[in-house]
Amino acid sequence: MRIKELILTPILSNNPIALGVLGVCSALAVTVQLKNVFVMCAAVTMVVALANMGVSLIRNHVPSSIRIIVQMVIIATLVIIAEQFLKAFVYDQWKTMAVYVGLIITNCIVMGRTEAFGMKNGPIESFFDGIGNGLGYSFILIVVGFFRELFGSGALLGFQVFDLTKNGGWYQPNGLMLLPPSAFFIIGIIIWVIRTRDPSQVEEQ
Amino acid sequence: MVEHYVSLIVKAIFIENLALSFFLGMCTFLAVSKKVSTSIGLGVAVIVVQTITIPVNNLLYTYLLKEGALGWAGYPDIDLSFLGLISYIAVIAAIVQILEMTLDKFFPALYNALGIFLPLITVNCAILGGSLFMVERDYNFGESVAYGLGSGFGWALAIAILAGINEKLDYSDVPKGLRGLGITFMTSGLLAIVFMAFAGIKL
Repeated sequence: MRIKELILTPILSNNPIALGVLGVCSALAVTVQLKNVFVMCAAVTMVVALANMGVSLIRNHVPSSIRIIVQMVIIATLVIIAEQFLKAFVYDQWKTMAVYVGLIITNCIVMGRTEAFGMKNGPIESFFDGIGNGLGYSFILIVVGFFRELFGSGALLGFQVFDLTKNGGWYQPNGLMLLPPSAFFIIGIIIWVIRTRDPSQVEEQ
Repeated sequence: MVEHYVSLIVKAIFIENLALSFFLGMCTFLAVSKKVSTSIGLGVAVIVVQTITIPVNNLLYTYLLKEGALGWAGYPDIDLSFLGLISYIAVIAAIVQILEMTLDKFFPALYNALGIFLPLITVNCAILGGSLFMVERDYNFGESVAYGLGSGFGWALAIAILAGINEKLDYSDVPKGLRGLGITFMTSGLLAIVFMAFAGIKL
C-alpha cells in the first residue's frame, strides 16, 4: 500500500516539476524528439532510485556536516555509470544530449529526493520513492516531447503521423515547436491544467 | 587578440545565454526571481563562482584528465576523461566552500549579502554546464576566463530581467491556475524567444 502510494503521488498530485520546480533544465532541452525523452527519463529514473537507496543505506553513518558532499559523490558515480552506459549502447542519442546527461548530477530532483526522503527513510521505501519521482519527471517530459514532436515535425518516435505539406500532405509543421522556448509554454499549460484540477496547489498572489 | 576575447564574452552573454538559450540553472532561475534585489545578489554570486570555477576546471582538464594530459608525469597513455564529471563537481563544491569562508572572514558585508545564495550555487546546473561546455569546446586558459565571465554575466542578466518582469506582474490579474509558477514559465518562454533574436548575429 505504502509503496503504491510512494510511486503514484509524485506523478500528478505532487509532481516534482509542476509543483516543486525541480529538474526543469533537462525538461526543456531534450524534448524535441520523443526518442531522446525516453533515454533521458530512463537515465534520470535509474539515478534517482539508486541514489535515493544508496543514501538511505548509509544514512545512519554519515555526519550531517558532510552529508551534501557524500550525496554528491554517490550521485556523480551513478551518473558516470549512466553516461558510460549510454555512450556504449545508444551513442547517437548520447551525442545529441551530451551535456545534459552529465547535468543529471545537478538535477535538483535527485539531490532534493536524497536530502528530503533518502536521509530519513529505509532503503526499500527510498528506492520506490525514487522510482515514483522519476516517473513524475518522465510524465511531464513525455507529454512535452509528445506535443513538440507531433506538432513540430508531424511525427511520433520518428514515424510520420501527419502528412507534411512538403510531401504533398495537409499538415504545415509548426516551427515554434522545434524551438526550445515552446517547452516553456507547454509546461506552463500543463501546470495550469494540473492546478485547475487541484486548486489546493494554486499559489496566493 | 583582444577582439577574440571580447567577441567570446559578448557571445556568451547574448547569443549563447546559459539561462535562455541552453536552459541551464532553471530551478534557481524560476524559483528565485520574485524580487530584483535578491536576484541580482544571486546573479553576482554566479558571476564570481563561474569566473573562478571554469578556469580552474580548465587547468584540471588540461593537466590531469585529458587524453595524454599526464605526459608531464611520465604517463602519456592515460585517459582519465571519464572522471571528468565527478572532478568538476568536486572542484565546484570545494571552491564554493572556500569562497564562503573567505568572504565570511574578510568581506563580512558581501558575505551577508550573498550568504544564503552560495550553497545553492553548488547544485546550480549553470555552473557545471559552463564547465562542460568549456571542455566540449576545447577552450584554452585565457578563453575559459573570458567564457566564465561572459556566461556568468549572461545568466545574471537573464534572472534580473525575469525578476523585473515578475515584480510588474504582481499588479496584473493572472488566471488562477497560472499564478506564480505557471506565468513565470510563460514569461521565460517569451524572454527566450527575445534572446533568440540574437542568434543570427555573427561575430
